[in-house]
Amino acid sequence: MATLEINDLHARVAEEDGERILRGVDLTVESGDIHALMGPNGSGKSTLAKVIAGHPAYEVTGGEVLLHLDEEDVADIDAELDDEDYHWELLELEPNERAALGIFLGFQYPAEIEGVTMTNFLRQALNAKADEREELFEDEDEESAEADDDEGYETSPMEGPADDGEIGVAEFQEILSEKMELLDMDEKFMQRYLNAGFSGGEKKQNEVLQAAMLEPAVAVLDEIDSGLDIDRLQDVSKGINALRDEQGTGVLQITHYQRILDYVEPDHVHVMLDGEVVKSGGAELAEKLEDKGYDWVREDAFETA
Amino acid sequence: MSSQQDELKETDTEARFEFKKEEKSAFQTEKGLTEETVRVISEDKDEPEWMLERRLRALEQFQEMPMPTDWPGQPDLSEVDVDEIIPYIRPDVDVRAGVDDWTELPDEIKDTFDKLGIPEAEKNALSGVGAQYESEVVYQNMQERWEEKGVIFCNMDEAVQEHEELVREHFMTKCVPPSDNKFAALHGAIWSGGSFVYVPENTTVDMPVQAYFRMNSEGMGQFEHTLIIAEEGSEVHYIEGCSAPKYSAFNLHSGGVEVFVGEDAHVQYSTVQNWSKNTYNLNTKRAIAEKGGRMEWISGSMGSKATMLYPSTILKGRGASDNHITIAFAGEGQDIDTGAKVYHNAPNTKSTVESKSIAKDGGRTNYRGLIHIADGAENSSTAVECDALMFDNESTSDTMPYMEINESKVDVAHEATVGKIGDEDIFYLQSRGLDDDDAKQMIVSGFIEPITEELPIEYAVELNRLVELEMEGSLG
Repeated sequence: MATLEINDLHARVAEEDGERILRGVDLTVESGDIHALMGPNGSGKSTLAKVIAGHPAYEVTGGEVLLHLDEEDVADIDAELDDEDYHWELLELEPNERAALGIFLGFQYPAEIEGVTMTNFLRQALNAKADEREELFEDEDEESAEADDDEGYETSPMEGPADDGEIGVAEFQEILSEKMELLDMDEKFMQRYLNAGFSGGEKKQNEVLQAAMLEPAVAVLDEIDSGLDIDRLQDVSKGINALRDEQGTGVLQITHYQRILDYVEPDHVHVMLDGEVVKSGGAELAEKLEDKGYDWVREDAFETA
Repeated sequence: MSSQQDELKETDTEARFEFKKEEKSAFQTEKGLTEETVRVISEDKDEPEWMLERRLRALEQFQEMPMPTDWPGQPDLSEVDVDEIIPYIRPDVDVRAGVDDWTELPDEIKDTFDKLGIPEAEKNALSGVGAQYESEVVYQNMQERWEEKGVIFCNMDEAVQEHEELVREHFMTKCVPPSDNKFAALHGAIWSGGSFVYVPENTTVDMPVQAYFRMNSEGMGQFEHTLIIAEEGSEVHYIEGCSAPKYSAFNLHSGGVEVFVGEDAHVQYSTVQNWSKNTYNLNTKRAIAEKGGRMEWISGSMGSKATMLYPSTILKGRGASDNHITIAFAGEGQDIDTGAKVYHNAPNTKSTVESKSIAKDGGRTNYRGLIHIADGAENSSTAVECDALMFDNESTSDTMPYMEINESKVDVAHEATVGKIGDEDIFYLQSRGLDDDDAKQMIVSGFIEPITEELPIEYAVELNRLVELEMEGSLG
């Protein structure tokens, strides 16, 4: 059971006189829970998602983003662990280290990488994550021993580096087929280049597929529902529900619309305004927002302020 | 080899490509280039009189021609001093025309090629391999079934003796005459080694024929000549790989490639070059395609201090076609000036050029291309696409796509993109668990994928490894 805990988070655009966007965000997401984060354009939802993942375009000016893990989350680690290994300050880590600890960001506009097939990409990502986890959790003594081993290759350069027990092709294919079937994705996707020429809907399906493959503790999905027709919306929703039901992933879903919440029922709904989470509630809050808009939330927030 | 190098080899991946052997040659010409030098080379090779005459005529042309200095934005060649180059070195091998059994090679040469993976590659997939260690082809082998079909693959020196008429007709006559440019003239005077490929009518060589060139002596130039003749309806894929170790004195590489594509024949010429960072790589490569013939050039230009390389195709017969795919990588202090030239001299001819370049740490890449469509070459079409990727603001990338279109009924397309490696792309991959270096490497390997997918797997792997080595140390 993992918990993502955000306390009083402040961030601004990382340039001179960069705009302040996050002004004290407090939010906690536990694995297995689905949270919807709503709010008008410009309220800071996407920035929050990027800051959690470590986007270099933003500078954190205050607060903390903590990830707490338990035994279950580190079952794959052989090394002896101490208390530190269960509590991480994500703001001190590189984006890939955060990913290795179990943070996933589903992009609103996923990058298109020409020339890299989905299969290649996903295998490398899985292997990179496994390697990084070993590094993050291993003892310091082991670390230096490992570094010595790393230099030079056992094999000729024609064959590339020796395979160090990474995920096998057969095993990989099996997992992949299973996840793709769930998302109703054609296997032909695997030989296509990463997001290159994908339709808007295909890109979003692909984000959920990647989350399914990487099995994160917490997945932040930024407007995963935008640009989806009703069939795709159902496929994507099925995928998101499976993240929670089968992998126990905690989901923080950023959305403008009630529509996806009909298929992915949130346990918690939060409203963001002007860089803060100003209101939290259950699924009924989203329905109220759909009916009445955000003005009443703003008024409530002003009154309590 | 010193123990220090041994150790380096074990620990440093780069050393695997840069290891340097003790020089041990049976014969070495005096430094400097004179008529006497050329006579010695020819005599030592026991060449027929006509070849000596061609060499001497080429030398004269070389001496008359000025150094090219007037191309806009051309690499600086002022350090190229031909007199400083030992033009010809023959490794210490008993058999003049090479040996055909791997086990007969001297250990240190074998060791060099082992590191480069040549025998494995051959065993697995290749139909013939000629490996040039310094100037002489020392290892030749051809699978028997091609010999039975009349396919010839031998070293160029041997071809002068054994296939004299074919060579006399085609060698630096109609395709690349020495008068073409100063370095073609130099090449004509002191060429040594290289490959000769002959494919008879209606014969398909369905596995790639490959040669691997390597310079390994200080202050030495390499001037290998490759002549490919594909008769009517034949098909062949020739691959040349190059990897040179680092040296303090500068090296000059000036190779020559001539390809004759017969009617409806199909020739693919692929090269992966990785010259040491002090090599001037100045080549002349040209193909002539007859009616319905198809020529494909695939080149990966890595390493070198400066490269000037513009493989060209003359589409001579109706319906002939050409396809160029090139990739260039320039790091610190490197100027890689490459491109393509296509002459559409007949109707219904077609060409496509796809160029990819990567510049980092202040390196410079330039695409310099020429498409010429002659008056009367109606219904011809050409499409040129140049993409440049830069790692930083210190690097430069230029595009100089010249077009000379003298016919109105043609279809001409040109596209060029220049971009810096995208921060959003890197972040996307990082968010999936790849570190900064691996993310950049993945983007670059995707960028050059159109090249690597055309290569046999061993070369694709090596090209990717070379790119990896080029990127190491510069990132992070």
